[in-house]
Amino acid sequence: MRWWEQFRMTVLTLFHRKRETARLNAEFEFHLERQIAENVGNGMEPEQARLAALRLFGNPAVLHEEARSSWSWNWLEGLWRDTRYGLRTLLRSPSFSLTAVLVMALGIGASTSLFTIVRSVLLKPLPFRESDKLVMVYEHFRQQKEYPYNVVSPADFHDWREKTHGFQDMAAWRWWAGAITTDSGEMPEVIGGAAASWNLFSVLGVEPALGRTFTPDEDRIGAPDAVMLTWNFFRSRFNGDRSIVGKRVRIDSMPYTVMGVLPASFTYPDPEVKVWIPYSPTFMPKQLAAHDQHQSHVVARFKKDVPPAIAIQEVSALQYQIHQASGNRPVAEDAVMRPMLDDVVDDVKTPLLVLMASVGCMLLIACLNVSNLLVARGASRRREVAIRGALGGSRLKLIREQITESFLISVAGGALGIAFSFSATHWLATHWNDLPRADAIQMDSTVLIFASLIVFVSALLAGLVPAISSTGKHLLSALQESGRSLGGGVWRAALRKSLLAAEVTLTVVLLISAGLLFKSFMHLRSSDLGCTTDNVLTMRYGLPDRDYNTPAKVVGFHEALLEKVRSLPDVVAAGLVSTAPGGGYEGDSIFTIPEHPAPANSLEMDAMTRKADPGYFSAVQIPLLEGRMFTPQDRLDRSNYVVISKMFADRYFPNESPLGKHVRIEFGGKNDPREIIGVVGDTVYEVGQPIKPMIYFPLFSGAAMQTTVVTVVVRTAHDPLAVAMPVQKQISSLDRQIAVYRVLTMPQIIGRATASKSFSASLVLAFALLSLMLAAVGLYGVLSYLVQQRVAEIGIRMALGAQRSEILRLVLLDGMRPVVVGLILGLLGGAVAGTLIKSILYGTRPLDPIVFAGMIGSLLLTAIIASAVPALRACRIEPTQALRME
Amino acid sequence: MVQGTLDLLILKTLTLEPKHGWAIGKRIQQISNEVLQVQQGSLYPALHRLEQQGWIRAKWAESETGRQAKFYSLTAAGRARLEKEKESWKRLSTAINMVVDSM
Repeated sequence: MRWWEQFRMTVLTLFHRKRETARLNAEFEFHLERQIAENVGNGMEPEQARLAALRLFGNPAVLHEEARSSWSWNWLEGLWRDTRYGLRTLLRSPSFSLTAVLVMALGIGASTSLFTIVRSVLLKPLPFRESDKLVMVYEHFRQQKEYPYNVVSPADFHDWREKTHGFQDMAAWRWWAGAITTDSGEMPEVIGGAAASWNLFSVLGVEPALGRTFTPDEDRIGAPDAVMLTWNFFRSRFNGDRSIVGKRVRIDSMPYTVMGVLPASFTYPDPEVKVWIPYSPTFMPKQLAAHDQHQSHVVARFKKDVPPAIAIQEVSALQYQIHQASGNRPVAEDAVMRPMLDDVVDDVKTPLLVLMASVGCMLLIACLNVSNLLVARGASRRREVAIRGALGGSRLKLIREQITESFLISVAGGALGIAFSFSATHWLATHWNDLPRADAIQMDSTVLIFASLIVFVSALLAGLVPAISSTGKHLLSALQESGRSLGGGVWRAALRKSLLAAEVTLTVVLLISAGLLFKSFMHLRSSDLGCTTDNVLTMRYGLPDRDYNTPAKVVGFHEALLEKVRSLPDVVAAGLVSTAPGGGYEGDSIFTIPEHPAPANSLEMDAMTRKADPGYFSAVQIPLLEGRMFTPQDRLDRSNYVVISKMFADRYFPNESPLGKHVRIEFGGKNDPREIIGVVGDTVYEVGQPIKPMIYFPLFSGAAMQTTVVTVVVRTAHDPLAVAMPVQKQISSLDRQIAVYRVLTMPQIIGRATASKSFSASLVLAFALLSLMLAAVGLYGVLSYLVQQRVAEIGIRMALGAQRSEILRLVLLDGMRPVVVGLILGLLGGAVAGTLIKSILYGTRPLDPIVFAGMIGSLLLTAIIASAVPALRACRIEPTQALRME
Repeated sequence: MVQGTLDLLILKTLTLEPKHGWAIGKRIQQISNEVLQVQQGSLYPALHRLEQQGWIRAKWAESETGRQAKFYSLTAAGRARLEKEKESWKRLSTAINMVVDSM
């Protein structure tokens, strides 16, 4: 029953603390009364008896304290006392407290948001069954050095799955797109999609929300067309109508039967994918059997009893056999793998970690700043602390009290910061284009635990240094020190200066990283695509293969459209190309030059492929350097001509004119030699990627599967977007079922490509500027404090004849010393940081002199401005007044 | 007084009947023939500690002078505790005696 007694006491001392305290006093009183009575009984005078009793009893206050110290909840009481005391002191200087709380809120809020995103995107398992057992398998060309992962050919995938047994199963998917229409006859809509081998969903462990997934019989060429819808598309396009399962939809005017709907959690590989169709039917029979047509992504699941390293070795060995059997064709030698999660987050990993590191820096700077402010306040409360120490306040208690203050600041800042981070996280998740798994981002208990941890650590960081420093051995000297003392506070100033130097160091590191990122982003923005970007509108359309099944029909449509578009008002020129500059990869092809000896390595000669109409080059002003462009006569069967880019000519015809030479390259199903008729300027296929050799085929060849999906480029006299509707009307007036998509101006194409980079660069820059501001506040605080400390000294100097300019220099130099120390350390740190983020820089070296100079300049300027105010105040001190003070 | 024996003395004093603090002090003094002088003040922190630990419990009742006073009594756990404390005290004192007498 002892526990019951203890519990009773615990409750009693918690809920009846006041009553128990009163009873303790009553107990003492009773005791004293009895003692007095006894003393009186022994013949003492009443007054004398009382004094004797008190003497015998001891100091009631101390006894009271001692008795209570055995009570439970004493710590709570102490905490409450410290908290009240801390609150009172904080409320006494509201501007200081508000600044500190806001600074902390910013740091903690930003860190929490970034942590939420990093955790959700980089760390949380993918929403698949036992997702840690999933890997992506790629081909690997030995000559590929920097990025070893090459997409897979369908026949390779097929062989891997059939002939190796190390993995439990393997599945493949590829990107795909089509224009969907329903029978009700509304406007067609081009949707992104993907094609999956029948077993993809079972390999991933994903069950359909409605209906079923594909069967092996549907995953073959010539099978009746089947489609699965993603949840979002099912909701948005079909209003969540469950009866759609089993019905037909038309995609590219072909009927597809809806087999099932995927669950809402399934947004792989990205949310733009709205429908899934079986894998094999997206190929022509020849492609499906090819080892050298790379486009598929392969997912594999580990077997329980086979180590992954063994399994991939088996696949790689098989791939090497395939490579050797393929002669000169571009077939990879090896197979490599990486965890599926790494594959999904590949592009954002570094930027996210950079952002995380920069908010970490910012939080640290915020802590240092609060620490600095607390040290300053500690200085003004020095006497109070000293007196309390002299009266017996234990050092631990004094430290605890001071830390309580920084805890209060951190907790208030943390609460504010977490509230702020809810909206910040949401904003980041929705505004960050191309952030994979953005739908997985959410704040949960782990995040809140993390945030509390940050609050705790920040409180310690910010509070410990000032608390220890202000309660140190110097206590008594503080009492002896007179207000006039000149050396007072020097040691504390040294502490503040080192805190400041640390702050400046971190700020410089942040500034440099931000500068580098921003410069590479500016580089990207201004990168020259190789064609005009002014007043050019692009849009894509695709002709359904079923209706446009002969070259003549395809070419007929394109020509008719061009004629109509060119006659629109405000249109200066128009052309057609398979993919506009900056529009992406499209495809590449290896080739040989009949006039030259065959290369030792078949992969050596490779170029990106494009199809263009005769008017394309002049429409976007790609310069003709040699020879001629295509003419309308280079069409259908008389189209064995190619135009090459400057880099193609420089690389493969270094010392001769390529005109009249031939290129043997596969196009339209034929591997014929084709005559080079012209050389045009280089264009960038994707912003931020190096230029590659490029070869153009005549679009008017009407080659099957190659010329039906095109980009219209229209150059206008005025606002290009104004012709978007008229051009679309022309297209649908020719054929109602053709959908137009990706209607973009050239600057928009560049903007889309750089959106993600611009986002992270702007964020880091914002963090760096905030840190710079914090450092300025810190510097201002330190110098103001120093000047205040040295008023008397400055007065004496002036009285002895020092000039105001000398005083100014004295104070400025004093402030600049920690700045310079921090700057030097920060430059070293910045160099390291620059090297670490090298992989996400573009056109910018890690030690870029312009960035370094610019950042040093802006930091020094800020520092000078921040110290100018206190320095000017110092040199305006009136000596007589200064000396009369105190 | 020997360190740590105050608890033992308090528990022992309370075996017969509940007592208030003043009476406990007096009783110890009396029984020990005025040899053990309990520091009046240190008695109360000890009482409160024993109460928190559940060895004794307190009750407010009318004292012999007619005033309300806090009477402490042993709990069942306190009785067991007293036996243990007695045991260890006996062992300790015998040991000390052995050392002292051996000279």
